Amino acid sequence: MNERQILFNKIQKYSFAIKELNLYLDTHPDCRRALALFNKYNALLKDAEAEFNSRFGPITPLQTNDTQHWSWIDEPWPWERG
Amino acid sequence: MWQYEKKLQYPVNIKNPNPKLAQFIITQLGGPDGELSASLRYLNQRYVMPYSEVKGILTDIGTEELAHVEMISAIIYQLTRNLSIDQIKESGFDTYFVDHTTGIYPVAASGTPFTAAYFQCKGDVITDLHEDMAAEQKARTTYDNILRMADDPDVRDPIRFLRQREVVHYQRFGEALRITQDNLNSKNFYACNPAFDANCGRRR
Repeated sequence: MNERQILFNKIQKYSFAIKELNLYLDTHPDCRRALALFNKYNALLKDAEAEFNSRFGPITPLQTNDTQHWSWIDEPWPWERG
Repeated sequence: MWQYEKKLQYPVNIKNPNPKLAQFIITQLGGPDGELSASLRYLNQRYVMPYSEVKGILTDIGTEELAHVEMISAIIYQLTRNLSIDQIKESGFDTYFVDHTTGIYPVAASGTPFTAAYFQCKGDVITDLHEDMAAEQKARTTYDNILRMADDPDVRDPIRFLRQREVVHYQRFGEALRITQDNLNSKNFYACNPAFDANCGRRR
């Protein structure tokens, strides 16, 4: 795995943890342990995404900060990777 | 993947219920030229597209159409709140009500349930983009017809916003078609299909 893949893999793991906690919290909105875990992974995801955006490009259109070329449409698209 | 945002793209605030209006506006949810078929059409077509601009515009318009599905659903929801059984019977909403109460189910104005037969994914860039441009115009005509029949300004306002988006999407798909043709043989755009054939319409 190259550095891009390692960082991207981290983002996918944090995002999935957040998704699981999101669903759990929807039906357990007062669970402090789940709330703390959600906040923990949310912070980790934000840092990982910021690093990814500056080194490899955007994951969402709002993560662009372009002045010359709209990098949002740059390849590869997610379905083109293995 | 997708993330949900807890906001409508454009506000929907309808004060007066009107089940008669709901019964034909629902066609833009589950009808032949509705927002659901638009979203699924673009999000399915994008995979085999050979140009990044086209992959981008299909992804982003397909995503916006999901927000339009939500707006139409909000309009239907607000038009069918607090109905009496007399209102339901008199308005003709009874035929929908008996099957779905006031739940939001994707049907055409005629009551026909949503079907994937409303859209195509041909796997040919020129063909699919022409379908997309036609689909935007058909949706625009449907909104024009809704505007002929809807008097309530609370309903007309978001419908006019949605109508205008059809015009913008048509424009962007036209540009996607031009970008595609710029990469093809100008003497015969149809000589090969860049979404399938090797060495066809490669980036210049």
